[in-house]
Amino acid sequence: MAENILEVKHLKKYFKTARGTLHAVDDVSFTIEKGKTLGIVGESGCGKSTTGRAILRLLEPTDGQVIFNGQDITALSSSKMRQMRRDMQIIFQDPFSSLDPKKTVSQTIAEPIIENKILKDKKAIDARVRELMATVGLAERLVNAYPHELDGGRRQRIGIARALAMEPKFIVCDEPVSALDVSIQAQILNLLQELKEQMGLTFIFITHDLSVVNHFADEIAVMYLGQLIEKAPTEELFDHPVHPYTRALLSAIPIPEVGIERPERILLRGEISSPIDPPDECRFAKRCNYVCDQCHKSCPQLVEISEGHFVSCHLWENFK
Amino acid sequence: MEEQKDMVLEVENLNVKFVMEEETVEAVNNISLHIKKGETLGLVGETGAGKTTTALSIMRLVDSPPGVLECDKLEVCGQDVMGMSITELEHIRGGLVSMIFQDPMTSLNPVFTVGQQIAESLERHEHLNKNDAWKKAEDMLELVGIPRERAIEYPHQFSGGMKQRVIIAIALACSPQLLIADEPTTALDVTIQAQILQLMRELKQKKDTSMIMITHDLGIVAETCDRVAVMYAGKIIEEGNLEEVFNHTLHPYTEGLFNSLPNIKNRRSKLEPIRGLMPDPTNLPRGCAFAPRCNYATDACRERRPELVSFGGTHKAACLAYENPDFHIERGKKNG
Repeated sequence: MAENILEVKHLKKYFKTARGTLHAVDDVSFTIEKGKTLGIVGESGCGKSTTGRAILRLLEPTDGQVIFNGQDITALSSSKMRQMRRDMQIIFQDPFSSLDPKKTVSQTIAEPIIENKILKDKKAIDARVRELMATVGLAERLVNAYPHELDGGRRQRIGIARALAMEPKFIVCDEPVSALDVSIQAQILNLLQELKEQMGLTFIFITHDLSVVNHFADEIAVMYLGQLIEKAPTEELFDHPVHPYTRALLSAIPIPEVGIERPERILLRGEISSPIDPPDECRFAKRCNYVCDQCHKSCPQLVEISEGHFVSCHLWENFK
Repeated sequence: MEEQKDMVLEVENLNVKFVMEEETVEAVNNISLHIKKGETLGLVGETGAGKTTTALSIMRLVDSPPGVLECDKLEVCGQDVMGMSITELEHIRGGLVSMIFQDPMTSLNPVFTVGQQIAESLERHEHLNKNDAWKKAEDMLELVGIPRERAIEYPHQFSGGMKQRVIIAIALACSPQLLIADEPTTALDVTIQAQILQLMRELKQKKDTSMIMITHDLGIVAETCDRVAVMYAGKIIEEGNLEEVFNHTLHPYTEGLFNSLPNIKNRRSKLEPIRGLMPDPTNLPRGCAFAPRCNYATDACRERRPELVSFGGTHKAACLAYENPDFHIERGKKNG
């Protein structure tokens, strides 16, 4: 039995707004095995980034538990949580706004090391910074460069070096390559893959890009309007998607090949509905091509339809 | 002469520079484009390749100064755009040629209803009176899949995908001969992207509009375009129909782009990124701009700039390595 490094149980994150309660993450549960990568996919507003942040308690969960290495971290005091975060890091999407423009590369990478009092001796810190720069492929001459002098790929490497400075066990990657051009995107993806293998890291990889997650993740969770609607090992999900939303999502990927037979594109009606005070029905009912009475009566529960393959759809048996 | 009439866009040797006090950015270097009626050309490349500057130049929307635009020929439907006055240009923009920008959030005016914004261009270009223009605006909304009652709503009442539909309605209202779509779906989610691309395909067919599709996504090119031109550092480095460029790739940079993409059908395939970065456009290398990143580069590549030459059919590439008749790239071998 493989060891689960992370268990998320009934995680909820609500926001109070003037128009009602926004259900950003609504009762999401899943587990990740040590050393694996879980991809979380979905469209803007589906709650994937909020889920990532709530797991690290960068956003305080409204309800639910996050169990990391056997410990319920939602119950930890803020000082205990600070310590715990050494093991749990995050890499952000936008390398253009997540770095302090007034700090050099070395200052930026050294910051978490000094802040967490991992090393005190200036020489040791310097050596560690250089070591981290080498690990993520930043040339030594950039040690005193400022973020504005660097391109997006290099800035993202700084973000990765910063996350690695704590020698974490688990990293949430929130759209780490979305702002980058494809040739640079491939460099960063390869780097993350190497680091994962070398250091035995566990990743949550949040993205809207299905071809990236297909390449990178061991398992994929699909989110829609704050809920997890399907989760399966990557190959299983791509080969046998069940939920009507997952199937539409996969069919919408433009394939960069000519002269091939394209799978039939499933076009959805309309757009994602409001996450504010959602009614008790299937969240996808309004756009679903197969909607029936039952879908409007209650919100379907996540069921395991084959080993490791979870789906929440009243009609899943019809799509298997 | 028959063929001439069919040409919607002809650009010969376009150069765009941005001349500033301390440096000169060579944004577009000697580009030629030809688009026939009903044809869609994909303009592909990474950030900074000069795709958008090329598109803006066609409508002469490049700010000058600092922009300096030079070319031997710039004609839309046989009309010389280079020689036009501001008034004539305003007549062309949104009339003969329309443009869809990447960001639907910022290209609509927040203080006018969407109906007013579509009607405005109809009043201006088609000289319709207020009532007729409004009616046609409502028709256009319906055409792009928005109920006509929503014409009285303001942009903030629409979602991202719906705003992009409104922008498409504005762009197509005056039946342009040429539609320039600059990353029209980049800001949208994939399921919405699929809807918008489908809509654009249908409308294009219905109206036989020619189109330039600017994108960094080779998947979108494969699905929407007839021909493709790949840009690097302000130059077209490979050009041809889809079959030629996708299945008989010639240029090492195009190969690098394909190798950088995750393969959806073989998830274990390793990504082979292009090493290094795009050169600084204020300081382009003396020889081929791609040579510093190219695995096949020779001394000649670092000395001379390659010209775009024909490789048979409509296929062209700018690569000196082919001066050696035995040269081929890895990908070329794979596909024969």
